[in-house]
Amino acid sequence: MSDYILQFLISGITVGSIYALVGLGFTIIYNASDVVNFAQGEFVMIGAMSAVSFSIAGIPLIIAIIMAMMVTVLVGFALNQFAIKPAKGASVVTTIIITIGASIFLRGAALLIWGKDFYSLPAFSGEQPIHIAGATILPQNLWVMGVSVLLVSAVLWFFKYTLLGKAILACSCNRTAAQMVGINVGKMMLLSYGLSAMLGALAGVLIVPITFSSYDAGIMLGLKGFSAAILGGIGNPIGAIVGGLLLGVLESLGAGFISSGYKDAIAFAIILFVLFVRPSGLLGHEHQERV
Amino acid sequence: MKRLSGFYLLSLVALILPQIFPDNYYLTVVGVFAALHIILAVGLNLLMGYCGQISLGHAAFFGLGAYSSAILTTRYQLDPWLAMISGMVLVFIIANLIARPILKLKGHYLAMATLGFGIIVHIIFVQTEALSGGPDGLGDIPTLSIAGWAVDSDIRWYYVTTISALGSILLSLNLIASRSGRAIRAVHGSEFAAQMMGINSNKTKVMVFVFAAVLASFAGSLFAYQQNFVSPDSFSFFFSIELVTMVVLGGMASTYGAVFGAILLTFLPELLIVFEDYEMLVYGAILMLVMIFMPQGLFISLGHQLTQLKKNYWPNKKPAGDQQ
Amino acid sequence: MRSKIATLLSITSLCCSIMISSQVYAGDTIKIGSFLAVTGGASFLGDPELKTLQMYIDKLNKEGGVLGKKIELVHYDTGGNPKKAVNFIKRLVKKDRVDVIIGGSTSGTTLAVAPLVKKFKIPMISLAGSIKIIEPTQKWLFKVPHTDRMAAAKVFADMQKRGFTKVALISGSGGFDKSGRTQSLALASKYNIKIVADESYGNKDTDMTAQLTKIRASDAQAILNFGFGKAPAIVTKNIKQLGIKLPIYQSHGVASKKYIELSGDAANGVRLPAAAIVVANELADDDIQKKVTMAYKTQYEAKYDQVSSFGAHAYDALMITIKAIKQAKGVDKKALRTAIERTQNYVGAGGIFNMSADDHMGLKEDSFKLLEIVDGRWQIVN
Repeated sequence: MSDYILQFLISGITVGSIYALVGLGFTIIYNASDVVNFAQGEFVMIGAMSAVSFSIAGIPLIIAIIMAMMVTVLVGFALNQFAIKPAKGASVVTTIIITIGASIFLRGAALLIWGKDFYSLPAFSGEQPIHIAGATILPQNLWVMGVSVLLVSAVLWFFKYTLLGKAILACSCNRTAAQMVGINVGKMMLLSYGLSAMLGALAGVLIVPITFSSYDAGIMLGLKGFSAAILGGIGNPIGAIVGGLLLGVLESLGAGFISSGYKDAIAFAIILFVLFVRPSGLLGHEHQERV
Repeated sequence: MKRLSGFYLLSLVALILPQIFPDNYYLTVVGVFAALHIILAVGLNLLMGYCGQISLGHAAFFGLGAYSSAILTTRYQLDPWLAMISGMVLVFIIANLIARPILKLKGHYLAMATLGFGIIVHIIFVQTEALSGGPDGLGDIPTLSIAGWAVDSDIRWYYVTTISALGSILLSLNLIASRSGRAIRAVHGSEFAAQMMGINSNKTKVMVFVFAAVLASFAGSLFAYQQNFVSPDSFSFFFSIELVTMVVLGGMASTYGAVFGAILLTFLPELLIVFEDYEMLVYGAILMLVMIFMPQGLFISLGHQLTQLKKNYWPNKKPAGDQQ
Repeated sequence: MRSKIATLLSITSLCCSIMISSQVYAGDTIKIGSFLAVTGGASFLGDPELKTLQMYIDKLNKEGGVLGKKIELVHYDTGGNPKKAVNFIKRLVKKDRVDVIIGGSTSGTTLAVAPLVKKFKIPMISLAGSIKIIEPTQKWLFKVPHTDRMAAAKVFADMQKRGFTKVALISGSGGFDKSGRTQSLALASKYNIKIVADESYGNKDTDMTAQLTKIRASDAQAILNFGFGKAPAIVTKNIKQLGIKLPIYQSHGVASKKYIELSGDAANGVRLPAAAIVVANELADDDIQKKVTMAYKTQYEAKYDQVSSFGAHAYDALMITIKAIKQAKGVDKKALRTAIERTQNYVGAGGIFNMSADDHMGLKEDSFKLLEIVDGRWQIVN
């Protein structure tokens, strides 16, 4: 069984990169607005389904993907404008319910638009498995991992080195101070929702050839993405990546070595254990309680 | 008497309704669910609203109570009352074990931990087929008998569950008004300050958590006996989120808010059936709209509106006595 | 304080108005009730089932109804949730006062309402697969789809013919999967087959390579995936990805064009048991089911998308019910139940039904066809 550890790891990292991308989406919105957006999984689903629809309509794949991303970004903007902004100042739990309501609403809309069927896209560069040291990997898996690395680097660079990125972070640190130095907080929030939606859409498009999509595909991904972000420490983009990869690998190893039926339970149990030992996640900031 | 006058009024209405509308589907079938949801929501409200701790895994305790009753009565032929009490004892132990480490977490981390706990319990329900019957569930659960009076009709279940719900409301109201209640509210206001006043905040949080859990287990056992059937679908994290929604929608830190939220969210899907394919869309929209425009919860906001209306129409009347 | 009383009074009046509005309409129609999983994880089942029922009831009504009366369909969406199913059964019987029930898209929802069906003494034809629905036979409960045990038997018989004695089993976390797995484990030895690997996955999982790697390491000669939904397509693709060359068998849960579409090339060579409706076109002209299946297929596909065996089960259930109503000359529940139980030689889209007091399904193993996917199309294996 230990000969197969490489295969388990590859499967784990493939699945994990998806979780990481979704988790990153959670982190961006959290960083900008202290809100955990439970509709994040729906961004992934809408991106995937839109791309499929455009592709079926005859539009070439690359353009279909770009259009799908634009559609999802618009949805992200709408979410911010019509659901989050009007509820300014509401408590944490209230905003959680709002985003949960939004995710149900988006799922209901998806149900009406796309029905209950499953949809897929053709793999970007074929389905010929690649063999590496006794394990196999699909070209699509490489796409997922590769683009994830690119996206993550781009996001980190954005937040650390561009003025816009730093402005968004400033809003989450102290909203009033940010306004005082001339940052348009409203526009920053809008931007962060759009960015998060774009990430989600791209993740959806990348994985749909492997996992197929349907109107309720966002639920599980949202849940796992949230877990990834928390495991890594919400607010820390690197934490989301680490959390996502770790979660994917834990699931895969759990299925491979212990029990395939209980693999999710094992993964969550480990997350719980990590949280007991490090209450702010692996790389999260220590929560300072002020009196 | 004055403090509980709302409670007495509610009890009167609840117990009289079936006499006015005999054999009404909404009352005897949906009403039973509403009563069970009230028990769950009231307990969760103590934890979330008054004690300030989020729990996204409350359905797990509901399920543990239901499955304990189901398994002990069908596989081990235990008396339904004994099975119910065993379930509550089991949940008491489990809740105590996990409460201490979990409640050290805060905010979204606490939410995740409770969510994870709920999912783990759900997976156990699905996988332990030999014991739990797996995804297809466990049937042929006997019903409850109170000193020979078998609870075997919808109307009898209405009374049993309604009285239980009223009991839990009363417990909650009395707890909040008591010394422990003030300690709970102090912890919610500021844990640090509460500790400085000599309140053992950890012990308080654990107590509320365990109380809510055992209450949920009680409701779970009633559910099992009423349905004669349990399956893991009823105890998924979707249901946990539904419970949180009931508490928040109704209004946190308000027992009646939880009651209102429970009743509303139990009846809402029944009413939305007319929308057919649009049901999910409308449900989501309602959730969003209510929370955006009435962030304190429907009950509390409605209460304010009505007070406002009264002030506008009878500006000379003296303001109401004590606030609750 | 006063505002609280005011609010409580408003809640009460809201409740009262709901209850007053729930009047029962007595009509001169035949009421067929149904509770199906139209949304949710099992919408695969419920959606074509509902469409079929609606389409044929409309058709019957246009042709004058049954026994001179119009048929009314009262349907509810359970989303696959047994708790809702219990609710809806009570609603159908107490509020809507239906005469007969077609429903339970899933075994979970069917089994949950079984005791109530008995209590209310109303005949019900289920559209679910589990053998527990008819074994032991329950007086008021019938079903039309093939059982999971029949599917396993069909697969094992073919495996035995091809000389396989060691088989790997992989299944999901749903009711259909687990029930199928239980039946497979119980039945294997009768066909001289040993189950050498028994893996499972979650129905929403996106990657099963870990489980399949373990299967590859075992000495299995063939793989049986008892599953449903999109997961078996992922399993099929993963098997090809890992380069596992073992023959793949699926269950009737994926006897649909969608499975072939999602699995792509990897589906070629896969064998599975399926109802005749799936290969209506390929049936021989003298096949006794040809006429029924082609008629249903043409009519359904003219209005909706691809046929599936799930819709066909609803069709059979409806037709058996209508036939029984005509036989019983009315909708007296006891007479109707007896008439359904006496269904003989009914040629349906799913098979030929011969029910009796001991057999509330009426199908034999030969009502399943064994199919193989060749070049992306179905082919009947003889």
